[in-house]
Amino acid sequence: MLFLERLTKRFGEVTAVADLSLEVATGEFLTLLGPSGCGKTTTLRMVAGFESPTSGRIRIRDRDVTSLPPQRREIGMVFQSYALFPHLDVFENVAFGLRARGADRADIARRVARAIELVDLGGYERRRVQALSGGQQQRVALARALAPEPPVLLLDEPLSNLDAALRERTRAELRSLVKRLGITTVFVTHDQEEAFALSDRIAVMNAARMEQVGSPEMLYFRPATPFVASFVGKANFLPATVEAVDGEEVTCRLPGGAYWRVRAVAGRGASFARGDNVRVMTRPESLRVSRNGAVGGGERPDAIPARVAERRFAGATTVYRLAAPGVPEELLAWGEADAASPGDEVVLERVAGAVAWAFPHGPEGE
Amino acid sequence: MDDSQAVSGGTARTASAGTTAGVRPVPSLIDRVRRHRASTILAAGVLLLLIWLVLYPNLFLLADSIRGEGGGWTLAHYARFFKSNAELRALWASVWISAASVVFSALVGVPLAFLFARYEFPGRRIFSALAAMPVLLPPLVGVIAFLFLYGETGFLTRGIQELLGLESPPWRLSGPWAVLLVHAYTMYVYFYLFTSAGLARLDDAHVEAAAALGASRWTTLRRVTLPMLAPALGGASLLVFMTSMGSFSAPYIFGGGYRVLTTQIFASKVNGEVGLVAVETMFLAVSSLLFLVLLHRYEGQRTYTGTVKGTAGTRRRLGGGTGLRGAMTRLGLGVLGIGSVTFLLLPHLTVILVSFVPEGTWTTELFPPVYSVQNYATLFSRPDRLVPVVNSLRMAAMATAANVVLAFVAAYLLARRRFPGEGLARALIVLPWALPGTVLAIALATTFSTNQPLAGRFILIGTVWIMPLAYFIRNIPLVTHAALASFRQFDPTLEEAAASLGASWLTTMRRVAFPLVLPGLAAGALLAFVGALGEFVASILLYTHRTRPISIEILSQLRGYDFGGAAAYGVLLIVLMAISFGVGRRFMD
Repeated sequence: MLFLERLTKRFGEVTAVADLSLEVATGEFLTLLGPSGCGKTTTLRMVAGFESPTSGRIRIRDRDVTSLPPQRREIGMVFQSYALFPHLDVFENVAFGLRARGADRADIARRVARAIELVDLGGYERRRVQALSGGQQQRVALARALAPEPPVLLLDEPLSNLDAALRERTRAELRSLVKRLGITTVFVTHDQEEAFALSDRIAVMNAARMEQVGSPEMLYFRPATPFVASFVGKANFLPATVEAVDGEEVTCRLPGGAYWRVRAVAGRGASFARGDNVRVMTRPESLRVSRNGAVGGGERPDAIPARVAERRFAGATTVYRLAAPGVPEELLAWGEADAASPGDEVVLERVAGAVAWAFPHGPEGE
Repeated sequence: MDDSQAVSGGTARTASAGTTAGVRPVPSLIDRVRRHRASTILAAGVLLLLIWLVLYPNLFLLADSIRGEGGGWTLAHYARFFKSNAELRALWASVWISAASVVFSALVGVPLAFLFARYEFPGRRIFSALAAMPVLLPPLVGVIAFLFLYGETGFLTRGIQELLGLESPPWRLSGPWAVLLVHAYTMYVYFYLFTSAGLARLDDAHVEAAAALGASRWTTLRRVTLPMLAPALGGASLLVFMTSMGSFSAPYIFGGGYRVLTTQIFASKVNGEVGLVAVETMFLAVSSLLFLVLLHRYEGQRTYTGTVKGTAGTRRRLGGGTGLRGAMTRLGLGVLGIGSVTFLLLPHLTVILVSFVPEGTWTTELFPPVYSVQNYATLFSRPDRLVPVVNSLRMAAMATAANVVLAFVAAYLLARRRFPGEGLARALIVLPWALPGTVLAIALATTFSTNQPLAGRFILIGTVWIMPLAYFIRNIPLVTHAALASFRQFDPTLEEAAASLGASWLTTMRRVAFPLVLPGLAAGALLAFVGALGEFVASILLYTHRTRPISIEILSQLRGYDFGGAAAYGVLLIVLMAISFGVGRRFMD
């Protein structure tokens, strides 16, 4: 449906998007996720036609739209600021795209009514848009983008101006609406939780590059780079040395003498050999804080000695922040509320079956 | 009196102080041309128009100043200028009167601003609003109001003469001091407004900090308040100086034999001294440009802002105390208040009063013995009286319509697009504001006096087109900056939203940009329209009997001693101006 082929965008010296390729299937909900300044909004604006790529092509269906102006691309877009026309009422805002395309009166009335009904704003047709609440404005913006029935819908952080409770509700409504309409959607956000809640697939971007594209599960359980691992969910990084290589898995020696068998994520042609320094990454839920184990190894070969720096109750779980000798970064672990107290010397055990990965120690590492 | 440019100037300044819109991307040139063909063509058109009408005529002026009688280049005109005592005296007169105008305007405007900003007393709000009253006087009307008040047969002059039983009037409203009086009356508004704005920005914390450090109130004023106001005071000084250099009405009416540069240009023009006129005009133009540059520099420095937002300075209550001292303060302030309001409103009231005096009924009495609406009746019934009104309305409408179109397009380009020659376009848009009306009129008269279509010259002198053209050029800065301010206020994303909805560029302009810019643009256009309606300085050099505007008619009524007729025109202009300001303010909000 939507094809981005080797897109590059440079603003003077600055490369905003570098060699990005991506395919979005018909009816798919794809999210561009990344920190601010990673190039995700620039990518979206290139798809919309507000920026032209320095190189590369954009196709919608089988039409090359790279050099087409926005008005001829047949896309719908919802802006972060909504960009509602302040001098027009709700009806006229929604009708704007239809009028611009020269639809006839009856057609406009019918399709505006339908769009307004889709976002559940019946009765608000003649309200001034500035008199509406943030959530209502957001829905007008969505109805306006949907009214001309574009094959592709672009959403630029449309939920970021809503308060937390409304944002969560709107998320669910948005996803069910675009899925019901079967419209191909590209959504931009820096919020991982939002991306998980909405998307069929997520494209993670960092520093102008695409890091990984995949389903939320895949990003979480099989991150391709340390960046993805740490940006999608929480991550612990432990310095380690490769002891043995066994196909896709390696055995690593961790600080404190523990041995872990983890999945090797080589990436970009790198490979592992015995004696390599690597970074082993785990999720906080993969570590169990345990007080009873004696420090020094021997009892459990996978236990890492650590000291509790802080304990914070977070509802369903309790978050422990720990410092481990030989580990430069702070570690996070989730556990029982009474597992340990700040200042306690504990061991971190690897939860049975929990995945962990080894990344090469290189410039790519964080 | 300080010539309509002043009003436009003030507004244009404020507008240009607006912040720049968000970051605009910099696509490659070819890309830009391909993607924005319409705006590229527009940019080229705007630039050409500005070069043709704003820059080109001034180059002819320059050429005329160094062209000999029989052709060929010469510095003879400059030599003549420097050898002539009359010329040098006029130049010197312009300079010292302008400097003195700065001093006197500051002496009135700054204390007034302090009074209203720092002290609370009954009627403060009304007074502070009234303090800007002189702005509400069309240039020539203000001058004739002074004539009716302080002139040889003026109310005040006669009043004092009768009161003291003098043989002759106690003073003659003539010469440099008369000019200075008018300048101080009209131009103190700049100091008043700039200082008020400066004081509003200055936050109390600074003053309190100084006090906490042990500074006395005088030390605080000298070491903290005034230095922080320096940019505002500097800006106002430059503006007043520039405005008085270009002032024509006051020296023309009250100068008598005393000539300043603008009136000297007028005299030379009447005598047909082409080369000398060009030299004089060059001096006037160059000095104005110099001050524009200085002002621009100052503008950059005017960045002292309070760190705390929204803390309006607290006002000390005056006359709130009990006992004799409080009562005396209240009384003093009451007298001062009524006195100043009377003084500020007197010119307006005088013009209104005189407009009800039928021709020939008022001779030696202190107050006119007969009042009627005859002047207004003749104004609207006698065709020859109505002609100037129709002329002015028509010419102002033509000019303003052109202003609106150019301003919208130019503001769009400046706010939303980058194009080659952008800096030049900006400069040319500001230029007419800095150039006195006299310079503009002379430049236009020079350029559009022959028919050379290939050189972009046509005979417009003596036609109905020359004055609308002059009004149009003079108002380019005002209307464009009004539109620009509006463009910068609305989010460019709205235009992107329209484009994403399939609207063509033209549709986006028509259905989104234009309606949103309209309020600001309309307000600017209204001000421009009123300015053009009462325009005098350029008109007097360009009019013909058939195309005479209101201001010229006022002058000729005055010459024929029909004060009532002149005043009726004046009232008409004041009313139109007041309506426009009122409507304009509503639009702006």
